Amino acid sequence: MDATAPVRSRFKPAQLNSAVAVDLVGVHKWYGDFHVLRDIELRVGKGERIVICGPSGSGKSTMIRCINRLEEHQRGRIVVDGVELTNDVKKIDEVRRDVGMVFQHFNLFPHLTVLENLTLAPIWVRKMPKADAEEIATHYLRRVKIPEQAAKYPGQLSGGQQQRVAIARALCMSPKIMLFDEPTSALDPEMVKEVLDTMVELAQDGMTMLVVTHEMGFARQVANRIVFMDEGQIVEVNAPEPFFNNPQHERTKLFLSQILH
Amino acid sequence: MSDIATITDTRLAFVRTKPFDPLPPPIVNSGAIGWLRQNLFSSALNILLTAFCVLMIAWLGPPLVKFLIIDAVWDGASRADCIATPQRPEVGACWAFVIERLGFFTYGFYPADQRWRVDVFFVLLAFGIGWITWLDAPRRDLGMIYFFIVVPLLSFFLLVGLPVLGLPYVSTAQWGGILVTIVVAWVGIVVSLPFGVLLALGRRSRMPVVRMASVIFIEFVRGVPLITVLFMASVMLPLFVPEHLTPDKLLRALIGVALFASAYMAEVVRAGLQAIPKGQYEAAMAVGLSYWQAMRLIVLPQALKITIPNIVNTYIGLFKDTTLVFIVGIFDFLKTIEAARGDVNWAAPTTSITGYAFAAMFYFVFCYAMSRYARYVEHRLRAGDRR
Amino acid sequence: MSVTDTAKPKTAPGPALIYNPRVRGFVYQALLLAAIAFLFWEAASNAFENLARAKIASGFGFWHNTAGFDISQHLIDYSTTSTYGRAFWVGLLNTLVVAVLGIVFATVLGFIIGIARLSTNWLVARLAAVYVEVIRNLPLLLQLLFWYNAVLKVLPEMRDSLLLPGGGFLNNRGLFLPQPVFKEGVGLVLAALAVAVVVSVAYHFFAKRRQVQTGQQSPVLRVTLALVFGLPLLALLLTGFPVDFLYPEKGRFNIRGGMEVLPEFMALLFGLVIYTAAFIAEVVRAGIMAVPKGQAEAAYSLGLRPGPTLRLVVIPQAMRVIVPPLTSQYLNLTKNSSLAVAIGYPDLVQIFAGTVLNQTGQAVEVVVITMGVYLTISLVTSMLMNLYNRRVALTER
Repeated sequence: MDATAPVRSRFKPAQLNSAVAVDLVGVHKWYGDFHVLRDIELRVGKGERIVICGPSGSGKSTMIRCINRLEEHQRGRIVVDGVELTNDVKKIDEVRRDVGMVFQHFNLFPHLTVLENLTLAPIWVRKMPKADAEEIATHYLRRVKIPEQAAKYPGQLSGGQQQRVAIARALCMSPKIMLFDEPTSALDPEMVKEVLDTMVELAQDGMTMLVVTHEMGFARQVANRIVFMDEGQIVEVNAPEPFFNNPQHERTKLFLSQILH
Repeated sequence: MSDIATITDTRLAFVRTKPFDPLPPPIVNSGAIGWLRQNLFSSALNILLTAFCVLMIAWLGPPLVKFLIIDAVWDGASRADCIATPQRPEVGACWAFVIERLGFFTYGFYPADQRWRVDVFFVLLAFGIGWITWLDAPRRDLGMIYFFIVVPLLSFFLLVGLPVLGLPYVSTAQWGGILVTIVVAWVGIVVSLPFGVLLALGRRSRMPVVRMASVIFIEFVRGVPLITVLFMASVMLPLFVPEHLTPDKLLRALIGVALFASAYMAEVVRAGLQAIPKGQYEAAMAVGLSYWQAMRLIVLPQALKITIPNIVNTYIGLFKDTTLVFIVGIFDFLKTIEAARGDVNWAAPTTSITGYAFAAMFYFVFCYAMSRYARYVEHRLRAGDRR
Repeated sequence: MSVTDTAKPKTAPGPALIYNPRVRGFVYQALLLAAIAFLFWEAASNAFENLARAKIASGFGFWHNTAGFDISQHLIDYSTTSTYGRAFWVGLLNTLVVAVLGIVFATVLGFIIGIARLSTNWLVARLAAVYVEVIRNLPLLLQLLFWYNAVLKVLPEMRDSLLLPGGGFLNNRGLFLPQPVFKEGVGLVLAALAVAVVVSVAYHFFAKRRQVQTGQQSPVLRVTLALVFGLPLLALLLTGFPVDFLYPEKGRFNIRGGMEVLPEFMALLFGLVIYTAAFIAEVVRAGIMAVPKGQAEAAYSLGLRPGPTLRLVVIPQAMRVIVPPLTSQYLNLTKNSSLAVAIGYPDLVQIFAGTVLNQTGQAVEVVVITMGVYLTISLVTSMLMNLYNRRVALTER
C-alpha cells in the first residue's frame, strides 16, 4: 500500500462542479404504451452514495441508464453536474465522459486485452498519449488488485476479476459519478465479496455513486440513502437506519420481509 | 456553503402517499404519429431514406401491378392475342400463354391419356409430405416409412409403368416439366438424408480409412460446382459401366444430384452430431448399447431433430439447384418454359417475361413455404428447450 | 454374467477375436478399401474398353492441338488457330474476371442491404427483407435467364442503340464504352497516384505514432482521400489530360472501336451479384447481431461516439463472425459462375467442359481438369480460412 501512495496522489478523483451531482425532476419514460418510469424525483448531492432497490421490473435499471442517456426519457428534466440531458450530442458526450458505468454482465470488450480495455477510452476520448493511458490503467488495475492480468483477454478471467476490470475501466476516465447496474447479480457467490470490497473502497474515497443492487449488507455499510422503487415509481427514500428498521410504506415492508429473513 | 443536508432538504426522506397511476404515453410517442415518428422520421437521414424508399416503391410498384394484372391478357389462343394493337396499345403479361401450355409445363411430353398417373403420384407425395411435416401427426414413424420407402416404390412403377397391371411403359425421355423437377428434387431429398447421415458418421468415425474416404468424398463434391458433377454423371458415367448397363439420361442426372446433395447433407448432419453433448454418447455406452444401437436410439434422433431447420434449408438449395439439370439436357420445369417461350405460335414481346414470372412464382411458393416451415420448426424447438 | 467374464484371463486368444473391436475395425476398413479399389478398377477397365471401342484418344495430348473455334471474349491473345491449352487459359481468365468483379459488387451491395435490414427505419428494413426473401427463394439459373433473355436481349437493335451519357452505346449486342487511350505524360499521373498511396501509408503510421506519443488524433481518412484523389488530379491538370478516349462509332450493322462488354457477361455479373448479395446481407446481419448490445452500450458509457464505437468495438467483433461464411459465399459465387454455360458466356465450363469436350470427346480428362480448377480454388481458400480462424479465435479460459 505504501508503494502506491505517491502514485495515488496523482490520480485524485475528479471534482464535481456543482453541489448537485444528479437531479431528476418529474422524469417519465414509456416503452411503447408501457409507463416504465413515473414521476421520478431524485436529487443526489455531491459525494452521496445512493442504493436503489426494488423488485425486478420496477424500473431501477432504466432509471440509472437514463442518467447517461443509454435510455431516453420522454418527460421531465435530468441534470447531471449542471448539464441538462437533451438531444444535444455535445451535452450527451460531456455527461458520458464524466459518468462511469458498471454493468451486470461486465460488457468487457472480448477482442481486446485487459490493458487495452482500460486504455481504449482514455486514448480515444481523453486523447491521452498511450504511455500515460497505460500508467493510469496500471494504477487502477493495482487498485482493483489484479495488476498481473493486464496482458490477458477478458475470457481468461473469472467473473469477479472481470467485474473488477470493468470497474477499473470506468475509473480510468476519472469519472465524477459512478453508476452500478446490479454489479454482483451475474457473479458466483464467492466472487461477490471481492467486487463489493472494491466498491466499498471507492465509496470511502468519496466517489458519488448510484448503485442498483440487492446486497443489503452493502447498502447498510455504505449508503447515505436507500431508494425503493416499485412499478416505475419511487416508493420510499430514507437513510439506511430508518429504512431497514422502520419502513413506512406497505410495499417497502413487504419487500424487506421477503428479502431479509 | 451548501452541503448534502441542505440541498436535498425535503427529498432526503420520502414516502409516496398515493400511487402514481400509469399515464398514456405522450402523443408524439404513441399511436400512429409516434410510430411514424420513431420508425420513419426519427432523424434527417431517416427522412431522406424514407423518401427514397417511397420513390422506389412508386417507381416499381404500379408498373409491376399494371403489367402483371391490369394490362395482362388472360385468355387467347395464340400470339395474336398478346400483341399490341392500335386499339390496345399497352399489353401486359400474356397469361393466356401460360394457361394454354400449363399441361406441357406440368407433364412435359407424358402421354395425355396417362397423365392421371402423374396426378396420382403428386397426391401420394403431397400426402406423405403433409404427414411428415405436421409435427403432431399420428404415427410419424409410419409416415417416414411411407415417405422414404413406400412412395418411392409405388411411384416408380406408377410413373415408369407396369404392363402387367395395365400401365404401359412411359420412357423417361417423355417426362418433363414440374413432374421432372419434383422427381429430381424428391430423389435428392430421399437419397441425401440416409447417405448424408452415413457420410457424417463416417467423418466422425475412429477408423482412419472410413474417415478419410468420407472426408475426401465430402470435400471433393463440395469443392466443385454442381454443373461439373452433372457433367461428370452425364458424360463420364457411361464410360465407367459396361455398355449394355448405361443408365438413361434422367437416371444419370439423378445420380449426380443425389451425390451432390448427400455431401451437403453430410455437413449439415455433422453439425447436428457435434451439438449433442458427449455425455449422451457416454450414457448410451454405459447402458451397454452397441455403436449402431447408440446411434440409432440415442444420438441420431436428437441430432436430426435439432437439425431439421438446416435440413429443410438444404432442401431449399436442392430444390433451386434442380434447375441445373436443364443444362445436361433434361426437360425440367424451367426447360419447358424455355422451350415454350421460343414457340413461334406464342412469340410475342411479353411471352418470355410472362414465362419467367410464372416460373418465379412456382419456385418462390415452394422455397418460401419451406423456409417458413424451417423457421416454424426452429421456433418450436426453441420453445421446447425452455420447458 | 460379467463376473464369469472378468474371471477369465484377459489375454484369452482364439474365439474372442471377432469380438475384439480393433480386429473388427481393421476388417471393416479392409473391406471398405477393397470395395473402393474394386469400384475404381471396374470403372477404369470399362472406360478403357468403351474408349477403345469408340476410338477416342486418351491422355492429355490434345492440350497442344489446334482448337479451331472462336471465343467471343478473350483477355489474352486467342484465335481459331490457338491450342486447346490456350482456350483453357482464356476460359479460366474469363471465369476469374466475372468472379472477382462479382465478389466486389456483391460485397458492396450485400453489406448495404445487410445493414439496411437492421435499420431503425421501418420502410428501409422491410424493403431490404423483401429483397432478401425474394432473391434467395428463386433459382439463380432462372434469374440469369431472366436478365439475359428478358432484359438484355430485348434491348433495341444495333441501329436503334441507346445512347449513354459520355458516348457509350447500349443495345442487344452488348454495352459499348469509350476506351481510354493513354498518351505521353500518363506516367506522371500514375507516379502521382503511387506517391499519394505511399504518402498516405506513411501518414497513417505517423498519425499512429503521434497518437501514441502525444494523444493527438489526426484526420487520417480525410488526408488519405485528399491525397489519393488530389495528387493524380493535379498531375492530370499539369500534363493537360494525357488521356484520349476512343469512342465507339456506330455503323449500320456494327459498332467499331471502344470497349465491348458482352450481354452474356453483363447478365452473368448482374445475376451473380444480385443473388449473392442477398446471402451476404444475411451473413452481415447475423454478424452484427452476434455482437451483444451491451458492447456498444459499454463503449457509449465510456464516452465513445457512435463512429469510434463501430470502428473500435462493434466491427472488429462482427468481422470474426462474418468472415468465414462470407468466404464461403465468395466460393459459392465463383462456383455459380459456371452457370455461364446456360447463357453462353465463355467461362471455363462453357469453353472447356462444353466446346472442348464435344470436340475431343475426352470426357474424363476434360472433366477432371475442370473440376481440378474449382477444387484447387476451394481448397486454397479453406486453407487460408483456417489460418484466419486460428489467428482471430477469441482467447477463452
